[in-house]
Amino acid sequence: MSSTDQQVSYFIPDPSPWPIIGMVSLLTTLIGAALAMNGVVVGKFVVFGGLLLFAYLLYGWFRDVISENLSDKYNKQVDRSFRMGMFWFIASEVFFFLAFFGALFYIRNIALPWLGGEGYLSSTKELLYNQFDPAWPSHGPGELGGSFTPMGAWGIPAINTLLLLSSGATITWAHWGLKLNNQKTLVRGLIATITLGLLFVVFQAYEYIHAYEELNLTLRSGIYGSTFYMLTGFHGFHVSMGAIMLMSILGRSLKGHFSAHNHFAFEAVAWYWHFVDVVWLGLFIFVYWF
Amino acid sequence: MSYTTTMNDDAHHHNPTGWRRWLFSTNHKDIGTLYLLFALTMLFMGGASAMLIRAELFQPGIQLLDPDLYNNLVTNHALLMIFGAVMPAAAGLANWMIPLMIGAPDMALPRMNNLSFWILPAAGTMLILSFVVPFFPGGGSQINTGWTLYPPLSVQVGMSMDFLIFAIHLLGISSVLASINIIVTLLNMRAPGMTMMKMPMFCWTWLVTAFLLILVVPVLAGGVTMLLFDRHFGTSFFDAAGGGDPVLFQHLFWFFGHPEVYVLLLPSIGVLSHIIPTFSRKPLFGYKSMVGAMIAVATIGMVVWAHHQYTIGMSLGAVSYFMIGTIIISIPVGLMIFNFIATMWRGAMTFETPMLFAVAIIMMFTFGGLSGVMLAVVPADMQYHDSMFVVAHFHYVLMPGAVFGLFAGVFYWLPKWTGHMYDERLAKIFFWINVTGFNITFFPQHFLGLAGMPRRIIDYNVMFTEFNAISSIGAMIFGFSHLLLLYIIIKTIRGGEKATAQVWEGAKGLEWQVPSPPPFHTWETPPSIKQVQS
Repeated sequence: MSSTDQQVSYFIPDPSPWPIIGMVSLLTTLIGAALAMNGVVVGKFVVFGGLLLFAYLLYGWFRDVISENLSDKYNKQVDRSFRMGMFWFIASEVFFFLAFFGALFYIRNIALPWLGGEGYLSSTKELLYNQFDPAWPSHGPGELGGSFTPMGAWGIPAINTLLLLSSGATITWAHWGLKLNNQKTLVRGLIATITLGLLFVVFQAYEYIHAYEELNLTLRSGIYGSTFYMLTGFHGFHVSMGAIMLMSILGRSLKGHFSAHNHFAFEAVAWYWHFVDVVWLGLFIFVYWF
Repeated sequence: MSYTTTMNDDAHHHNPTGWRRWLFSTNHKDIGTLYLLFALTMLFMGGASAMLIRAELFQPGIQLLDPDLYNNLVTNHALLMIFGAVMPAAAGLANWMIPLMIGAPDMALPRMNNLSFWILPAAGTMLILSFVVPFFPGGGSQINTGWTLYPPLSVQVGMSMDFLIFAIHLLGISSVLASINIIVTLLNMRAPGMTMMKMPMFCWTWLVTAFLLILVVPVLAGGVTMLLFDRHFGTSFFDAAGGGDPVLFQHLFWFFGHPEVYVLLLPSIGVLSHIIPTFSRKPLFGYKSMVGAMIAVATIGMVVWAHHQYTIGMSLGAVSYFMIGTIIISIPVGLMIFNFIATMWRGAMTFETPMLFAVAIIMMFTFGGLSGVMLAVVPADMQYHDSMFVVAHFHYVLMPGAVFGLFAGVFYWLPKWTGHMYDERLAKIFFWINVTGFNITFFPQHFLGLAGMPRRIIDYNVMFTEFNAISSIGAMIFGFSHLLLLYIIIKTIRGGEKATAQVWEGAKGLEWQVPSPPPFHTWETPPSIKQVQS
């Protein structure tokens, strides 16, 4: 693993304004969000400004990196740094989702049985909420949000599983094209992946509307609603981000930025896409199915 | 390879100057300095809040603060010290020393390195806002939850809690990015011939620390995100009426919080692993066992978090598991301590300030570790839980285990960074006042806790008066002694006896082969590693 190919010295970038712009944009966005959540009207606009600045930051930072890459400033060692960086970033994302999956497992296997009178606190149940049935799906002894219908697994979620799994296949197809210097396959594969990803998001949005309007399943439907929307919501957010990343990769592919041997950006996005895919499988099994 | 050949490469770089040098930096040494200065600032802010707390507790009754402000200060003291002082200081040491130690030209991802630093001042701003906002009209109530932010109280606090939650998000982003950078640097940037098992111990400790951070910080981020949604968007993760459970937050928090103590401890252990061999003039005893022990500590440390929650009503089986797991950790930690003692055994020891700190750490950290074993025992903990004994315990672990280790590291490497020797006489005076003040402050708190004084409460029974008075006097000595530290650091930066490249007679490693202070860029051509082995 140690560096054996250091013929060219490691690339150290010149001083860059982007980190500090990143700091300003994050600070603006979050101060705005804190204000907006507490009913200060200005907050929304501050958030919007911060996000605009953040988008500009992403554009500018990546533009710098891309132009450095195109002018051949990176050697193999730099490439390996990027790969490792992306890998461990995805690892941290996995643990972010683990917090929400952990919450789901904890609630279903420990907290609800407790509320149902298991263990030595059974008298609490008898005194406070004797009618409560701790079966999943639950919105708690307070029946928050009124009665609702839980989301079934074999309608839209099953279709979405098919969509995402096939998008995992199409992006591999695109990768094969790239490795064989076959531009046509690359572009077609990417377009197919993006289309499938966007379709997924559309179906997900439809599912949410359906849940809110017909099933009375909302974010306020007790712990079932909370875990359902947080897990699927954060996943949907990641799919949307992934789709945007894929679009920028498509744009770069059309410009001919990638070659069979130099396409880290493509692979990074592909890894990310597969990660999102795997998270969905977890969601399908534990949130929708069981 | 002699260093002079690489020095000449420096000519064709133009080194940035003025404010751009610091704001736009991509240089690991400058970013390291920024980290350290930030940490020093936060150390004084956190210290000031601690001194206010101790001043209030000097005698029973309510004199200086009101209860909400007191609780707010307790919360802020912890957050400022843990996230503002200790973690950034350790990251600063990592930034400065890791590339020098492994013969790399810089960190692997220099721009991201700067981002992970600059997010910290943003997080600091949010943290201070969370403290200040309640004083403005419409700012809501003060944060009275302590740094653990347990619901349901944290769901009820006003908007300052939102600032705090976002501050934690920012701190999390910062430390995850810094950790990714450190891992990549250590795995990918080592000079040819430096295998993993030849890496200096400080690098190993940071590698393990960085893995811990990447794995646990996102879980905290997830936990406070749920808190945010419970507060504003009607979810019921922590609300039993909706089928949620406040205890869930405690699990999420301590899944992060317990590994966090190793995040604070391990970099300092790394520093000690350099200081003790240097001033004992012997190689580190048991390098391999040290690496193994550290990995064991980190791994077991990930799965014992609920020993912070013995009193929540877990099943007997769960409680027993967490108790046994916790006590097992003392084995690898004890192994590290014995390695240090064995390194000193029959060494030609001298006691410069870093070594004084190192010896003090071994004694006091072991003491804190032993009271930790007491707390790990469930039936005993039912008595100690949430008492001043806990406060005494974790300050005995964190001050020597983390802060003194960082002080030792700063004294050890300050000549390397500035090119000047610090004032040894003043530094020794600082050491003695500091350590004495620390012990006067926290030792009596053991007795207070065992006698039943609860923590985090502004007032107390008159029977606790004497020990509290002693503790408060110690806290003032301890707190003000840091002004001397500040003076020594400033004096060293401004001038002093010239330091040689090796600085310390017994110092070994690549970082001692570059001049003091090192040129702006070092190791642009990787050195060869044959002669270096700890």
